[in-house]
Amino acid sequence: MTSSISDAATTLFQSAVKGERRSLGKLLTAIERGGDQAEIIAGLAHQVSGNTHVVGITGAPGSGKSTLTGRLLKLFSEAGDKLAVLAVDPSSPLTGGAILGDRIRMDDLAGEESFIRSMATRGHSGGLALAVPAAIQLFDAVGYEPVIIETVGVGQVEVDVAGAADTTVVVVTPGMGDAVQANKAGLLEVADIFVVNKSDRPGASDARRDLELMLDLGHVSGLEQMTGYRPPIIMANSLDGTGADEVLDAIKSHAEFLRSSGKIEIRRKERLVMEIQNRIELLIGSTASVTLESDLGASFVTKVLDRKISPAEAAKSIVASITANE
Amino acid sequence: MGDHQQRVILAKLGLDGHDRGIKVVARILRDAGMEVIYLGLRQTTASIVAAAEEEDADAIGLSMHNAGHLTLGPKMAEAITAAGLDIPLIIGGIVPDEDVEELMDAGIAAVLGPGASAEEVVATVQNAISARDKA
Ligand SMILES: Nc1nc2c(ncn2[C@@H]2O[C@H](COP(=O)(O)OP(=O)(O)OP(=O)(O)O)[C@@H](O)[C@H]2O)c(=O)[nH]1
Ligand SMILES: [Mg+2]
Repeated sequence: MTSSISDAATTLFQSAVKGERRSLGKLLTAIERGGDQAEIIAGLAHQVSGNTHVVGITGAPGSGKSTLTGRLLKLFSEAGDKLAVLAVDPSSPLTGGAILGDRIRMDDLAGEESFIRSMATRGHSGGLALAVPAAIQLFDAVGYEPVIIETVGVGQVEVDVAGAADTTVVVVTPGMGDAVQANKAGLLEVADIFVVNKSDRPGASDARRDLELMLDLGHVSGLEQMTGYRPPIIMANSLDGTGADEVLDAIKSHAEFLRSSGKIEIRRKERLVMEIQNRIELLIGSTASVTLESDLGASFVTKVLDRKISPAEAAKSIVASITANE
Repeated sequence: MGDHQQRVILAKLGLDGHDRGIKVVARILRDAGMEVIYLGLRQTTASIVAAAEEEDADAIGLSMHNAGHLTLGPKMAEAITAAGLDIPLIIGGIVPDEDVEELMDAGIAAVLGPGASAEEVVATVQNAISARDKA
């Protein structure tokens, strides 16, 4: 690791902190590319991050996630918030190329202060799992609050990305058994807020009822009783903005619930542990949950939580101690 | 720059509402392995510059069909330079041959006509990017 890589990263980082958006754009590219520089940047960001509220917006392709995000951008910006959006879309598995079209639905409504970045999945194993948390930390470190991540809700990758959020909004649409599909895809368990978007279309109240029924079944026995939180179901028409203010309020209420119940600390710790695990996996090709629960592992997790070391440094130290003991 | 994933912004400037051609170009570039950030219709020079900064784009492609290229093309090139961005601007669409030189003089890196093949589109964008990287 040469010092010039590190100097370049530090210079860009300082300039991004001052509000230079082109520097932030370049830092995000470096994070996506991975490797030494990405690690240095993630480390710099980690030292001063940990405060922003992360909102995940997920749902089937075309359900209206970007249109809804555009509405939220407008409402947050009007309230004086400086927010960032990370819009994740799949790359073509054949060519590695992608058409990233989420901005179309957001640009008109975005405030001057907000920042939108499109990210392709690129199909790299572990790539997205490292790049998304690092991008969030970077947005956090340079002062964006909240950060919204849009991902398509099919398959494991997206559910993993949802794991990076404090508040997960699941978007379903009327008809086609969307609610049932969401259940199958494991989205119901991660949902903190449901939005029945395109409620201008027939079948919206059926979709709502399906969700209520599934919540009754799933939550009465388990989660809801344990946490005292039942995800609200909001009817929205993102074309004209109906319901967006309710979604905003629900996000704020959920954030408040996380804070007052102390769950925010637990979620953030889980997230950092997951990040350290992902990095260990990248280094030695297997997860090391056992190691993280050991005294030594736990002491590294604490150091990361206290912002004394970065997740990458913790992963390296843990791997070094495993190899030393063998 | 072998492992650098190229990212290209595609947009339409002003009131011109034809988006068939630009959508075809988007697919061609994606199939060539590039990431296309598609901004769609009715963009302004300011919104395109902001997107290029946030997305750290390697090039900007503008599609024009309403004969506004001689005013809008140079305006866009100026906005890119004024923002301190060092990335090529490529114009696609219906541009009469006699206007091409004027556009090149105004700092546009390349012009693609409606008859361009997929190979030409890809090569033009790639050449424009690598010419800039070397400069
Ligand atoms: N009728 C109706 N159409 C909507 C609504 N919200 C979005 N749309 C339309 O649905 C289409 C898809 O919207 P997007 O916001 O791009 O959906 P998305 O979920 O972000 O799509 P992907 O990112 O491609 O998965 C667009 O044509 C929108 O105009 C709504 O509330 N009602
Ligand atoms: Mg979208």
